[in-house]
Amino acid sequence: MSTKQVNRADIIFSPYSVAPYEILRLSMQKTKPEVIEEITESGLRGRGGAGFLTGLKWKFFANTDGDEKYIICNADEGEPGTFKDRKLLVEVPRKVISGMAIAAYACNATKGVIYLRAEYNNLIPALKKELDIFDEHAKKFGLKFKIEIFSGAGAYVCGEETALIESMEGQRGEPRNKPPFPIQNGYLGKPTLVNNVETFATASMVCRYGASTYKTYGTSDQRGSKLFSISGDSPKEGVFELELGMKISDFVEEFGDGDTKAVQVGGVAGFCIPRKQFETAIVGEGNTTGGATMIFNSTRSMYNVLHNYLDFFAEESCGQCTPCRVGTQQLLKGIEAVKSGTKPVEYLDDLIKLSKTMQITSKCGLGQSVTNSFTSIVQNFKEEMIY
Amino acid sequence: MSNITLTIDGQTIEVPKGITILEAAKKINVKIPTLCHHEDLCVAGNCRVCVVEVKGKHRLEASCAVPAEQGMEILTNSAKVRIARQDIVSLLVSEHNTQCTTCYRNTNCELQDLAAEYNVDGNRFLSVLKPNIKIDKSSWSIEKDDSKCIRCQRCVRTCAELQHVNALTASHKGHEMKISTFMDLPFNEVVCTNCGQCVNRCPTGALTERRYFDQVWEAIGDPTKHVVMNTAPSVRVALGEMLGYEVGTRVTGKMVTAMRKLGVDSVLDTDFSADLTIIEEGNELLTRLKKVLVDGDKSVKLPMITSCSPGWVKFIEHMFPNHLGHLSTCKSPQQMFGALTKTYYAEQKGIDPKDIVSVAIMPCAAKKYEANRPEMNASGYRDIDAGLTTREFGLMIKQAGLDFKNLPDSDFDSIMGQSTGAGVIFGATGGVMEAALRTAYAVVTGRSVPFENLNITAVRGTEGVRSASIKVEGCLPEWKFLEGAVLNVAVAHGLKNARVIMDEIAAGKSTYHFIEVMGCPGGCIGGGGQPIPTNAEIRAKRTKAIYEEDMSKPIRMSHENPEITKIYEEFLGKPLGHKSHELLHTHYQKRHRH
Repeated sequence: MSTKQVNRADIIFSPYSVAPYEILRLSMQKTKPEVIEEITESGLRGRGGAGFLTGLKWKFFANTDGDEKYIICNADEGEPGTFKDRKLLVEVPRKVISGMAIAAYACNATKGVIYLRAEYNNLIPALKKELDIFDEHAKKFGLKFKIEIFSGAGAYVCGEETALIESMEGQRGEPRNKPPFPIQNGYLGKPTLVNNVETFATASMVCRYGASTYKTYGTSDQRGSKLFSISGDSPKEGVFELELGMKISDFVEEFGDGDTKAVQVGGVAGFCIPRKQFETAIVGEGNTTGGATMIFNSTRSMYNVLHNYLDFFAEESCGQCTPCRVGTQQLLKGIEAVKSGTKPVEYLDDLIKLSKTMQITSKCGLGQSVTNSFTSIVQNFKEEMIY
Repeated sequence: MSNITLTIDGQTIEVPKGITILEAAKKINVKIPTLCHHEDLCVAGNCRVCVVEVKGKHRLEASCAVPAEQGMEILTNSAKVRIARQDIVSLLVSEHNTQCTTCYRNTNCELQDLAAEYNVDGNRFLSVLKPNIKIDKSSWSIEKDDSKCIRCQRCVRTCAELQHVNALTASHKGHEMKISTFMDLPFNEVVCTNCGQCVNRCPTGALTERRYFDQVWEAIGDPTKHVVMNTAPSVRVALGEMLGYEVGTRVTGKMVTAMRKLGVDSVLDTDFSADLTIIEEGNELLTRLKKVLVDGDKSVKLPMITSCSPGWVKFIEHMFPNHLGHLSTCKSPQQMFGALTKTYYAEQKGIDPKDIVSVAIMPCAAKKYEANRPEMNASGYRDIDAGLTTREFGLMIKQAGLDFKNLPDSDFDSIMGQSTGAGVIFGATGGVMEAALRTAYAVVTGRSVPFENLNITAVRGTEGVRSASIKVEGCLPEWKFLEGAVLNVAVAHGLKNARVIMDEIAAGKSTYHFIEVMGCPGGCIGGGGQPIPTNAEIRAKRTKAIYEEDMSKPIRMSHENPEITKIYEEFLGKPLGHKSHELLHTHYQKRHRH
């Protein structure tokens, strides 16, 4: 397992190239399979958190026939602790739009939507201005691709791509059964590609610098660089672009306050890494990350941290499927009961088992991932759960 | 479509591509438990009870939602699956009101069955049942108790997909997620047709019909009251399911005996008033046709649509309030029966109508609402005092301790107890149409309909909307204006299909003269008040029994029912006459769509 030091990278926020949408223009001079091959070769994975290979997703999408194909940019940035997509949309929206347009060119899509969480509605005027510039250039390049902005309604679960699509269709934001996947049957029943804001921005940068350059960043397991939203007990909160493959210990040394006892990697859906694992754990490996990284120092009660997470899950579950709707409530009530002494300590083991059942039976990633933070906190900070 | 091969629990099978794992397992009699799944409805995949292990995948798959694929190796009963299912059922129990002993659905509850099957420990998890849940008893027909809801959304899907009413919807999220009416208003204030299809599909006791059997017992026990009970056509082919019989068994004779044993004073038949409906409605149709074709009267609406189904009537009042003129003014058989019980019957029997309690046993939840409509008091009293479902009636028989299977057969009392095969088939979709055609054709031509054994198979079946055309030839002199005319008829069942018919009418594109609409899929045999479960297979068996009952009747055309002849001679005078208008016809009201 190779590792990297904490290295700042400057790819995603690098200044725009000379002419607007120059990367798009140059990409359109390549053949469509060449563009997809470039993305595949770069090893880029989805930056929303699930980490699916972007090139593969684009390839599937390109191979799906349809008279109308949609590309949706998932800007429903709702994972607690993440705020990188907002920064991208504020500072380099052109890169995001370029990524969408390159995907549209490569995969023959004609319609695009930016699904913007309602809290980001203040970005709409600036985004619209940028879209006007894009329209002008798309016309000039002969690309038929129109992007619209859709404002979400504030549910965490709508970051899940099928729930997002349901909500765009005016339905309750509830995940769909898969298969069929959106690639085959998505928005309005049409083939739909959903990617995260950062994924599109990064894809455009892969096209700018080339896969071979991009690949030099990161390790064989995790290619490239990525944005990290850093919050919590850190003197350097904010969004940082870092080369992938860091050890947690290096990361903590760089961003911690000297008293770090745990790092939550990948938002509340991710894992909580305790101090004793700092040396062995690598950011993003086995703890796939959308880049939300929360740092806790020794003044923090991990019971309170977990309670906060579970409160969030119990409220943000769509409520549709049993393991997630009731399971999240049971975990929340369960740790309260152990804390207050109405349930024995061993009940924590029952709850961990329950969270494993939630992982293998829940309909979508929300219920499936609760066990990550639950198990890692309960197992590593058991005494804090009890006393 | 091509076939695929997969393995389920070590058994290799070949199935058509596109079917789900659940359906594939069913083909080899591997039972996978389900809760949110109902074959009448679209896939939800939300209860997760049906999870199975697919080799090579860490996560379990919901077998109701995932298509079987070539080469899949599936385990439906591994340790992993069993533990997961037990956990899921335990979770459902933990948010459930587990006062099973006092639940109306006790012993007929899908959650209870699964909890027993998986030997769920009720104390394993903490109770997360919300406190202070109030039962909504505002509706005449349906009670909603959220404390027993498992959020499977079968009711939501039923109301949206089968009925196009959308009275129920999922609201809120997370731990607050619930099944709600519009703005969570009481049931009686929202657009609901009271069809009870949601009740019939509810796996637990969350949605039930409002029960009135206690009032009936009270009346039976009151020596000053004369209790008259009548049973709808479709009850006799479904009641047996509650009393140990195979689906599709006709229990008419035992049912009549049972009613007598309950202590009812007079056991009569709604089939009689179904026959009467045919006479009134048939004449209304012929009159409308004459007014339109001969007199050119623009105020008369065609097509005329049947009005026997109270769920359908409320549907059109809400959804198509500007087209109420198409509805036949005839009351439903239940309400005709009630109005006559407290007039004609009282007169003939010499009983003061104030002492009569009229009870209707119906396959229906909407009949309860209909009985309580303010205008249904033409007799000067409440025409029908209580409407019970087949289920309530079955329960009364159990409460009375009757050994139903060993009861002797007996016949309905007279008067208003005699009926024809035409009255019986009201219970199945297409039946009213067939009965009406048998009589109308005979009235107009003096001959029987030109179909073998009077069976007009063109209007039978399960398709949502069916149509037929009949050329009228050889008319009697007074109906000469119909000579050579082609009568276009249609049949729709389930309110989704009623909407199709009505959209055509609203667009001015309907070419029909007469349409039968039944609110429930399959007609009354699939009614909201029928035994649970009801599904396509069960509906087909009940329908078959209805047509067998028809064939078993010596008289099979309504106008040949001697009691019908008698009532016109002794009491009503003539069809559509003064008394008929007073007692047997009604009016409708425009309602809001929200």
